[in-house]
Amino acid sequence: MQRKSNQRTGAFGEEEVSKYLVHHNAEIIERNWRIREGEIDIIALYPSGVFAFIEVKTRSSVAFGHPFEAINREKAMRMQRLALGWLATHGCLGCDYQIDVAAVLIAANGSHSIEYRASVL
Amino acid sequence: MSLAHTKSVALLGLDGHVVTVEVDIADGLPMYSLLGLPDAALSESRDRVRAAIVNCSEIWPNRKVTVSLSPAWLPKSGSSFDLAICIALLSAHETISPDAIADVVFLGELSLDGRIRSVRGVLPALIAAQKAGIKTVVVPRANFQEAQLMQGIEIIAMEHVKQVLRWLRTGEREIADEIEFAWQPTDENLDFADVAGQPQARLAAEIAASGGHHLLLIGPPGAGKTMIAERIPTILPALTIAQALEVTAVHSISGSFTNRSPTSLTAPIISPHHTTTRVAMVGGGAHVIKPGACSLAHNGVLFIDEAPECPSGVLDSLRQPLEAGTITIARSIGNLTFPAQFLLVLAANPCPCGKFTGRGHNCTCTSLQVRRYLNRLSGPLMDRIDMRVHVDPVGRVDMARTDLGESSADIRIRVIAARAIAQARFGDYSWKLNSHIPSRALRTVFQPQRQAMNFLHDELDKEHITARGLHKIIRVSWTLADIAGHSIPTLEDVEKAHSLRGGIEL
Repeated sequence: MQRKSNQRTGAFGEEEVSKYLVHHNAEIIERNWRIREGEIDIIALYPSGVFAFIEVKTRSSVAFGHPFEAINREKAMRMQRLALGWLATHGCLGCDYQIDVAAVLIAANGSHSIEYRASVL
Repeated sequence: MSLAHTKSVALLGLDGHVVTVEVDIADGLPMYSLLGLPDAALSESRDRVRAAIVNCSEIWPNRKVTVSLSPAWLPKSGSSFDLAICIALLSAHETISPDAIADVVFLGELSLDGRIRSVRGVLPALIAAQKAGIKTVVVPRANFQEAQLMQGIEIIAMEHVKQVLRWLRTGEREIADEIEFAWQPTDENLDFADVAGQPQARLAAEIAASGGHHLLLIGPPGAGKTMIAERIPTILPALTIAQALEVTAVHSISGSFTNRSPTSLTAPIISPHHTTTRVAMVGGGAHVIKPGACSLAHNGVLFIDEAPECPSGVLDSLRQPLEAGTITIARSIGNLTFPAQFLLVLAANPCPCGKFTGRGHNCTCTSLQVRRYLNRLSGPLMDRIDMRVHVDPVGRVDMARTDLGESSADIRIRVIAARAIAQARFGDYSWKLNSHIPSRALRTVFQPQRQAMNFLHDELDKEHITARGLHKIIRVSWTLADIAGHSIPTLEDVEKAHSLRGGIEL
């Protein structure tokens, strides 16, 4: 039950970040691209021609720390590998790309805020 | 602006270096990197600083934080950078004006709730800060007394990070009530009046204090060797302010103020146990080089009980500081020099069982054991010991006496007078104590009376003493002459000095 609720929270966060990206003129290429090693939440293409691989962290409280703190060095390196994996399987190896992270904080009254950090590696 | 810098001090032995603490907060995942060769305690500063910031209701930046301590090549250690890092970090986070902190030195370890804890080495750090032209230093309240020894620099004592922040943001601060600052005269707990009998050892202690002559006390357990040695600082003249500052600086580095006040004018006494290691004796250490017992005893007394039980290398490591008055320690991070001008007092049992006194009827050791025991003290070390005094067991007559012996205060008056006479005599020379007269000067300018020299030359002919021993005897006889008020050592002084040598050439 709890898990389902968390999944819903996560899906909501990814949806909101997608809207945010579209609003900033990025094109959403793929959502929830999944291979055995892991998953990339959002893959987007910026108008400048740079691919962005985005990890979204959604939290309804900061009791367990800031969402960004959940992304440690190891997780960041895994995103790097996943990004290269996507580029390779889509024939784009050698293109410019970057790893972005987004934190979505849902307040108790249902409003939310997005914190977006580009090119974190 | 997400860049700020402030200052702190890194210590390498007694030398302080002013360190610039820079903090940069950049976009990116939350990270914290500390640059500039930190050791383990310093690397842990991250968690202390973070907890302190959060618990003071300030905001910890969830961004990429880079802290740089420059000069980067200088190895840094200890927790005293906590406060500087914390303040620079909050300034980089734009909650403190960067101009307010740029030229202020911050010293202090943080506790998790934001209180500022005491650190070691405050006095040497302040000396370095002043040399670098720093005007204002923030120190932990617990170190205020020590910090006040430093004149001509504004010292702000703080107890809590919140106080520091209030001062930096509004300029308001409670003026820490000035701790009544006074040099404390010698402490009166110990007194020579407690020692029953032992005229010979008392005299030897007085001579040691007057002329700086190193001393070996040989006697059975319970005769009062330790009692006498512990009371030698009470008859030494009070330290001068300059000497006291040196002592305080060394003790501050080693963080050993537990039984010594930073404002004490009493000569220190350090008595390491005989199982001590060479490094503990002369100083050293792998990451942080700390002064050893011989530096802590600077301007005071180094007392080693049961000296023959010491591993031989430990005592012999004292030879060089005895000669030079300083000790230079070479390690991979550099060469450090600590002062080490001390009065060496050794105590020894006459044999392994300790009962070899008089004719040795109670002694259970073999004659070979007895002979070997004191030979564990090496020749070159014994060469530097001017007096070897036998301390006999206290007899019933001495114990039955109800009048106390002479008090330390009375003896100290004679010691100070004797030292003044010697100093007046040595006016232009580089040495100040009789024990430091070079042998050349002994043969030319500082010869005792004619008859006294004849007596010594006779002893030399009979091979009762060596040429080296002859010089030692003359030095002690000068001190005896100073105490007795003779302008030049008489035959009596020289004979007394000869007997204090114990008649043994170890």
